[in-house]
Amino acid sequence: MSMAAEERSLRAPWVLTAPALMLFVGVLLIPLAMTVMLSFHDWGQYKGIEPVFILKNWHEIATDPYYAEMFWRTFRIAILTTLLTALLGAPEAYILNRMSGRWKSFFLLVILGPLLISVVARTLGWALLFGGNNGLVNKLLMSLGLIGSPIPFMFTETGVVIALAHVMMPFMVLSVWAALQRLDPQIENAAMSLGAGPATIIRRIIMPQIMPGVLSGAIIVFSLSASAFATPAIIGGRRLKVAATLAYDEFLNTLNWPLGAAVATLLLVALVLIVVGSNALIERRYAEVFR
Amino acid sequence: MSRNGPLALIFHTVFVIVMVAPILVVCLVAFTPEGYLSLPTNGFSLRWFRTIANYPEFIHAFWVSLGLGALSSLVALLFAVPAALAIARYRFRGRDVLAALFLSPLMIPHVVLGIAFLRFFTSAGLGGSFAALIVAHVIIVFPFALRLTLAAATGMDRTVEMAAVSLGAGGWTLFRRVTLPLILPGVISGWALAFIQSFDDLTMTVFLAAPGTETLPVRMFLYIQDNIDPLVTSVSACVIAITMAALILLDRFYGLDRVLAGKGDTGR
Repeated sequence: MSMAAEERSLRAPWVLTAPALMLFVGVLLIPLAMTVMLSFHDWGQYKGIEPVFILKNWHEIATDPYYAEMFWRTFRIAILTTLLTALLGAPEAYILNRMSGRWKSFFLLVILGPLLISVVARTLGWALLFGGNNGLVNKLLMSLGLIGSPIPFMFTETGVVIALAHVMMPFMVLSVWAALQRLDPQIENAAMSLGAGPATIIRRIIMPQIMPGVLSGAIIVFSLSASAFATPAIIGGRRLKVAATLAYDEFLNTLNWPLGAAVATLLLVALVLIVVGSNALIERRYAEVFR
Repeated sequence: MSRNGPLALIFHTVFVIVMVAPILVVCLVAFTPEGYLSLPTNGFSLRWFRTIANYPEFIHAFWVSLGLGALSSLVALLFAVPAALAIARYRFRGRDVLAALFLSPLMIPHVVLGIAFLRFFTSAGLGGSFAALIVAHVIIVFPFALRLTLAAATGMDRTVEMAAVSLGAGGWTLFRRVTLPLILPGVISGWALAFIQSFDDLTMTVFLAAPGTETLPVRMFLYIQDNIDPLVTSVSACVIAITMAALILLDRFYGLDRVLAGKGDTGR
């Protein structure tokens, strides 16, 4: 390679990525840094935002139990949603994988398609199904004799978790599905020929192998649920606040931007720590699967 | 391969019904002839679809969403295609960091992005403007545009390019006549997926939109906050129909499984 060509191939990747890099530094990193800084500013009902460096907002979040309760609710909803999607999504992905070609692609489309349909429309569907004490879900459950009296779904955590699990389910199915594709069907046959029953095969052969898929799906579902906005806002209503809806309120209703920025910063930091931490744990635990 | 037992099929049936039910109920209620929320038990009616015409804010929001989605996805591609080519072809220092940075909008909660952009554009004097929305949407759809272009660029047959170079093609001609046509399916699918992401986004946009620049999801959300009536179901049914149409096109053009595999990695 000539000197000039070598120099060009050294420079080329930077020339090609420079526009995108400048875009990201200019309108992503700088705004994020400004948000973190905003969380240290002061705010008053009449004076507005004051660009000083104080810990007032952070102190308020750390000491006022309202915020502890709200963050705990946010993560409780996210954990329950993740458990629900894992418990239902993993078996469904397994069943899908055992279907024959045409049915498999049809149902895969039916289950994954909603991923691309507006979250507002999907949540609206749940609001219609829940709808007060005589909603369709309650009518169905009561006519099946599963419950004696209507369960309140609207404006409750139960309702938020169910609707959120529906919104997030495709991510879990997709993640487990991807893990199943890497699975060698011969191992299952080998286990069967050695006398293992279906339960043993699922517990000893399938489960260990799809676990990385379930866990990486769980990370996606958890982080998206913990920062979800539309579903908690519509199903949870104005009283059942989670981190995202609280930040929205501080910004657009109370106009206390510094406090809202502190809530958002805390959410971001907590999520990054949880996601990076659990990714590292999973990769160490399942190092042999990823190799 | 062993078949699913009856228990598995019952589970599957219930699962699919639950997945489809909320979407189906929105579409059904949209056709109600009554003046209140109800399933159309006495025949179907288009009355609530006609009512949309009396709400110009929904129509306007639809056009804002359409323009925003089309434009921001296009701009994202202008930045993403060169970046994807660089990441696919060169091993250079900082490559992994750059790739992580370009995919980072997937990991950052949209509520945080919304706040950051609101702060940024307000202090730049662009609060609530269409231009601010475009820039913000370029950032959130960038990872999707990059991913699919990257997949196409990585899987591309380089020998065709080498042949073109040996025949004297270089620079722009090489890109326009050889490279771009070869990665075009990936680029178009990247555009379509980016468009859907932009068209659907509520969480970030709700912070940035002002009256006049409200997108359809924002308009629907603000409407639902006040009251839920059949009007918003008919608007939702239209949105669902448009998404389905885009899905079918995407499936024909590129294969939906590949597109969804790209989306499934969100948050990683």
